[in-house]
Amino acid sequence: MTAGGVAAGIGLASMIAVEPARATPVAMQEAIRHVVGSAHVNAGRVTLELPPLSENGNAVPLTVSVESAMTERDHVKAIHVFTEKNPQPDVVTFRVGPRAGRASVATRIRLADTQTVIAIAELSDGSFWSGSATVVVTLAACLEEA
Amino acid sequence: MASVLINVPARAKRGEIIEIKTLISHPMETGYRRTQLGAVIPRDIIRLFVCTYNDTEVFRAELHPAIAANPFIVFSTVATESGTLAFQWTGDNGFSVTESAPIVVEGPDMAPHTPQRSEPSRGTRDGPR
Repeated sequence: MTAGGVAAGIGLASMIAVEPARATPVAMQEAIRHVVGSAHVNAGRVTLELPPLSENGNAVPLTVSVESAMTERDHVKAIHVFTEKNPQPDVVTFRVGPRAGRASVATRIRLADTQTVIAIAELSDGSFWSGSATVVVTLAACLEEA
Repeated sequence: MASVLINVPARAKRGEIIEIKTLISHPMETGYRRTQLGAVIPRDIIRLFVCTYNDTEVFRAELHPAIAANPFIVFSTVATESGTLAFQWTGDNGFSVTESAPIVVEGPDMAPHTPQRSEPSRGTRDGPR
Protein backbone atom coordinates (compact mmCIF):
# COMPACT_ATOMS: atom_id res chain seq x y z
CA MET A 1 0.00 0.00 0.00
CA THR A 2 1.27 3.48 -0.79
CA ALA A 3 1.80 6.15 1.82
CA GLY A 4 -1.08 8.09 0.29
CA GLY A 5 -3.27 5.04 0.55
CA VAL A 6 -2.36 4.61 4.18
CA ALA A 7 -3.06 8.25 4.94
CA ALA A 8 -6.38 8.04 3.12
CA GLY A 9 -7.18 4.88 5.07
CA ILE A 10 -6.48 6.60 8.35
CA GLY A 11 -8.49 9.62 7.31
CA LEU A 12 -11.38 7.41 6.33
CA ALA A 13 -11.16 5.46 9.56
CA SER A 14 -11.33 8.62 11.63
CA MET A 15 -14.26 9.90 9.58
CA ILE A 16 -16.25 6.73 9.99
CA ALA A 17 -15.37 6.56 13.65
CA VAL A 18 -17.04 9.83 14.58
CA GLU A 19 -19.66 8.19 16.74
CA PRO A 20 -18.40 6.66 18.90
CA ALA A 21 -14.95 7.89 17.95
CA ARG A 22 -12.64 4.92 18.16
CA ALA A 23 -9.52 3.66 16.51
CA THR A 24 -9.14 -0.04 15.94
CA PRO A 25 -6.11 -2.31 16.19
CA VAL A 26 -6.16 -2.17 12.37
CA ALA A 27 -5.95 1.63 12.41
CA MET A 28 -3.08 1.36 14.86
CA GLN A 29 -1.25 -1.07 12.59
CA GLU A 30 -1.71 1.34 9.70
CA ALA A 31 -0.40 4.23 11.78
CA ILE A 32 2.62 2.16 12.76
CA ARG A 33 3.20 1.19 9.11
CA HIS A 34 3.04 4.86 8.21
CA VAL A 35 5.97 5.53 10.58
CA VAL A 36 8.17 2.48 10.03
CA GLY A 37 7.52 1.98 6.32
CA SER A 38 8.49 -1.46 5.17
CA ALA A 39 11.01 -2.02 7.98
CA HIS A 40 10.63 -4.93 10.35
CA VAL A 41 9.74 -4.02 13.93
CA ASN A 42 11.68 -6.11 16.44
CA ALA A 43 10.31 -6.87 19.87
CA GLY A 44 12.49 -5.79 22.78
CA ARG A 45 14.83 -3.02 24.00
CA VAL A 46 11.84 -0.76 24.68
CA THR A 47 10.35 -0.60 28.16
CA LEU A 48 6.94 1.01 28.40
CA GLU A 49 5.85 1.75 31.94
CA LEU A 50 2.17 2.33 32.56
CA PRO A 51 0.07 1.56 35.62
CA PRO A 52 -1.68 -1.80 35.18
CA LEU A 53 -4.91 -0.25 36.43
CA SER A 54 -5.94 3.34 35.93
CA GLU A 55 -8.97 4.85 37.62
CA ASN A 56 -8.91 7.93 35.44
CA GLY A 57 -8.12 7.65 31.76
CA ASN A 58 -7.75 11.41 31.47
CA ALA A 59 -4.21 11.40 32.79
CA VAL A 60 -2.26 8.17 32.82
CA PRO A 61 1.46 8.46 33.57
CA LEU A 62 3.63 6.92 30.87
CA THR A 63 7.38 6.37 30.81
CA VAL A 64 9.29 4.97 27.85
CA SER A 65 12.92 3.97 28.03
CA VAL A 66 15.05 2.34 25.37
CA GLU A 67 18.25 0.36 25.82
CA SER A 68 20.80 2.36 23.87
CA ALA A 69 24.31 3.67 24.33
CA MET A 70 23.10 7.06 22.99
CA THR A 71 26.39 7.79 21.27
CA GLU A 72 26.89 9.62 18.00
CA ARG A 73 27.06 6.30 16.17
CA ASP A 74 24.40 4.36 18.01
CA HIS A 75 21.43 6.22 19.37
CA VAL A 76 17.67 6.42 19.42
CA LYS A 77 16.32 8.93 16.92
CA ALA A 78 12.66 8.83 17.84
CA ILE A 79 10.14 7.17 20.11
CA HIS A 80 6.58 6.82 18.84
CA VAL A 81 3.62 5.88 21.03
CA PHE A 82 0.39 4.36 19.68
CA THR A 83 -2.90 3.18 21.16
CA GLU A 84 -5.40 0.77 19.68
CA LYS A 85 -8.71 2.07 21.04
CA ASN A 86 -8.37 5.83 21.35
CA PRO A 87 -10.20 7.94 18.75
CA GLN A 88 -6.94 8.12 16.84
CA PRO A 89 -3.95 5.80 17.17
CA ASP A 90 -1.18 8.40 17.42
CA VAL A 91 -0.33 9.58 20.91
CA VAL A 92 3.05 11.29 20.73
CA THR A 93 6.41 11.24 18.96
CA PHE A 94 9.54 12.15 20.88
CA ARG A 95 12.60 13.09 18.81
CA VAL A 96 15.83 12.57 20.69
CA GLY A 97 19.49 12.08 19.84
CA PRO A 98 22.95 11.59 21.33
CA ARG A 99 22.60 14.87 23.22
CA ALA A 100 19.88 13.27 25.33
CA GLY A 101 22.40 11.10 27.17
CA ARG A 102 19.83 8.44 27.82
CA ALA A 103 16.71 7.41 25.96
CA SER A 104 14.08 7.89 28.62
CA VAL A 105 11.04 10.14 28.38
CA ALA A 106 7.80 10.53 30.31
CA THR A 107 4.46 12.25 29.92
CA ARG A 108 0.78 11.80 30.81
CA ILE A 109 -1.66 10.43 28.26
CA ARG A 110 -5.38 9.90 27.77
CA LEU A 111 -6.84 6.45 27.35
CA ALA A 112 -10.40 6.00 26.12
CA ASP A 113 -10.67 2.36 27.12
CA THR A 114 -8.89 -0.66 28.52
CA GLN A 115 -6.29 -1.35 25.86
CA THR A 116 -2.74 -2.06 24.82
CA VAL A 117 -0.32 0.81 24.26
CA ILE A 118 2.68 0.30 22.01
CA ALA A 119 5.94 2.26 21.93
CA ILE A 120 8.25 1.99 18.93
CA ALA A 121 11.83 3.21 18.98
CA GLU A 122 13.57 4.29 15.80
CA LEU A 123 17.33 3.78 16.03
CA SER A 124 20.14 5.52 14.17
CA ASP A 125 21.00 2.29 12.35
CA GLY A 126 17.51 2.25 10.83
CA SER A 127 16.12 -0.55 12.99
CA PHE A 128 12.86 -0.37 14.90
CA TRP A 129 12.17 -1.88 18.31
CA SER A 130 8.93 -2.07 20.23
CA GLY A 131 7.50 -2.59 23.66
CA SER A 132 3.93 -2.65 24.90
CA ALA A 133 1.83 -2.47 28.03
CA THR A 134 -1.82 -3.12 28.77
CA VAL A 135 -3.82 -0.79 30.97
CA VAL A 136 -7.22 -1.44 32.52
CA VAL A 137 -9.11 1.87 32.50
CA THR A 138 -12.16 2.31 34.72
CA LEU A 139 -13.08 5.91 33.79
CA ALA A 140 -12.53 6.55 30.09
CA ALA A 141 -11.20 9.80 28.67
CA CYS A 142 -12.31 11.67 25.56
CA LEU A 143 -15.95 10.71 25.27
CA GLU A 144 -17.64 12.60 28.07
CA GLU A 145 -19.82 15.61 27.37
CA ALA A 146 -18.54 18.99 28.28
CA MET B 1 -1.60 33.46 29.11
CA ALA B 2 -0.53 29.97 29.69
CA SER B 3 1.44 29.40 32.82
CA VAL B 4 4.52 27.24 32.70
CA LEU B 5 6.52 25.25 35.23
CA ILE B 6 10.04 24.19 34.31
CA ASN B 7 12.38 22.13 36.43
CA VAL B 8 16.01 22.36 35.32
CA PRO B 9 18.94 21.94 37.71
CA ALA B 10 20.64 25.31 38.19
CA ARG B 11 24.07 23.69 38.19
CA ALA B 12 25.46 20.52 36.70
CA LYS B 13 28.78 18.86 36.14
CA ARG B 14 30.11 18.78 32.62
CA GLY B 15 28.95 15.62 30.92
CA GLU B 16 26.27 14.93 33.48
CA ILE B 17 22.89 13.76 32.23
CA ILE B 18 20.28 16.14 33.60
CA GLU B 19 16.56 15.54 33.76
CA ILE B 20 14.22 18.31 32.61
CA LYS B 21 10.56 18.45 33.56
CA THR B 22 8.09 20.82 31.95
CA LEU B 23 4.43 21.49 32.59
CA ILE B 24 2.23 23.99 30.76
CA SER B 25 -1.38 24.89 31.40
CA HIS B 26 -3.49 24.02 28.37
CA PRO B 27 -6.88 22.26 27.99
CA MET B 28 -5.71 19.99 25.12
CA GLU B 29 -9.27 19.91 23.79
CA THR B 30 -9.39 16.73 21.74
CA GLY B 31 -11.95 17.64 19.09
CA TYR B 32 -13.83 14.42 19.89
CA ARG B 33 -16.01 15.77 22.67
CA ARG B 34 -19.48 17.19 22.26
CA THR B 35 -21.53 19.66 24.23
CA GLN B 36 -24.82 18.54 25.76
CA LEU B 37 -26.53 19.91 22.65
CA GLY B 38 -24.47 17.61 20.48
CA ALA B 39 -22.18 20.17 18.88
CA VAL B 40 -18.58 19.03 18.43
CA ILE B 41 -16.13 21.07 20.48
CA PRO B 42 -13.36 22.04 18.05
CA ARG B 43 -9.89 20.72 18.59
CA ASP B 44 -7.47 22.98 20.44
CA ILE B 45 -4.19 21.28 21.29
CA ILE B 46 -0.49 21.95 21.58
CA ARG B 47 1.05 20.15 18.63
CA LEU B 48 4.75 20.70 19.13
CA PHE B 49 7.21 21.13 21.96
CA VAL B 50 10.85 21.92 21.23
CA CYS B 51 13.79 22.33 23.60
CA THR B 52 16.97 24.02 22.45
CA TYR B 53 20.24 24.17 24.39
CA ASN B 54 22.25 27.25 23.40
CA ASP B 55 20.30 27.36 20.14
CA THR B 56 20.88 23.70 19.29
CA GLU B 57 17.77 21.53 19.30
CA VAL B 58 18.12 18.68 21.78
CA PHE B 59 14.56 17.44 22.12
CA ARG B 60 11.24 17.65 20.31
CA ALA B 61 7.82 16.15 20.99
CA GLU B 62 4.97 16.01 18.49
CA LEU B 63 1.75 15.88 20.47
CA HIS B 64 -1.67 14.51 19.54
CA PRO B 65 -5.04 14.80 21.32
CA ALA B 66 -4.19 11.73 23.41
CA ILE B 67 -1.83 13.81 25.53
CA ALA B 68 -3.49 14.72 28.81
CA ALA B 69 -4.55 18.30 29.57
CA ASN B 70 -1.71 20.49 30.88
CA PRO B 71 1.01 18.59 29.03
CA PHE B 72 3.74 17.28 31.30
CA ILE B 73 6.93 16.22 29.55
CA VAL B 74 10.07 14.76 31.10
CA PHE B 75 13.26 14.22 29.13
CA SER B 76 17.01 14.40 29.57
CA THR B 77 20.02 16.08 28.05
CA VAL B 78 23.76 16.10 28.61
CA ALA B 79 25.07 19.21 30.35
CA THR B 80 27.68 20.36 27.85
CA GLU B 81 28.22 24.04 28.61
CA SER B 82 26.78 26.91 30.58
CA GLY B 83 24.04 28.81 28.87
CA THR B 84 20.33 28.75 28.26
CA LEU B 85 17.75 26.07 27.74
CA ALA B 86 14.87 27.45 25.72
CA PHE B 87 11.46 25.81 25.50
CA GLN B 88 8.77 26.46 22.95
CA TRP B 89 5.22 25.13 22.76
CA THR B 90 3.18 25.75 19.62
CA GLY B 91 -0.30 24.61 18.72
CA ASP B 92 -3.76 25.24 17.35
CA ASN B 93 -5.28 28.72 17.14
CA GLY B 94 -1.88 30.37 17.00
CA PHE B 95 -0.81 29.10 20.40
CA SER B 96 2.85 29.87 21.04
CA VAL B 97 4.67 30.12 24.34
CA THR B 98 8.40 30.45 24.91
CA GLU B 99 10.26 30.07 28.17
CA SER B 100 13.89 29.66 29.10
CA ALA B 101 16.02 28.56 31.99
CA PRO B 102 19.71 29.24 32.68
CA ILE B 103 22.15 26.50 33.55
CA VAL B 104 25.67 26.69 34.93
CA VAL B 105 27.93 23.83 33.92
CA GLU B 106 31.06 23.26 35.93
CA GLY B 107 34.22 21.47 34.88
CA PRO B 108 34.67 17.85 35.87
CA ASP B 109 37.28 18.39 38.55
CA MET B 110 35.95 21.55 40.08
CA ALA B 111 35.04 21.26 43.73
CA PRO B 112 31.44 22.31 44.33
CA HIS B 113 32.38 25.07 46.80
CA THR B 114 34.75 27.14 44.63
CA PRO B 115 33.13 30.24 43.19
CA GLN B 116 36.43 31.51 41.77
CA ARG B 117 36.33 33.61 38.64
CA SER B 118 39.77 33.14 37.19
CA GLU B 119 41.14 29.68 36.94
CA PRO B 120 44.25 28.29 35.37
CA SER B 121 43.19 27.17 31.96
CA ARG B 122 42.65 23.50 31.59
CA GLY B 123 45.30 22.37 29.16
CA THR B 124 43.28 20.09 26.99
CA ARG B 125 39.77 20.11 25.74
CA ASP B 126 38.52 16.61 25.69
CA GLY B 127 35.98 15.47 23.19
CA PRO B 128 35.65 16.17 19.52
CA ARG B 129 33.84 19.45 19.97
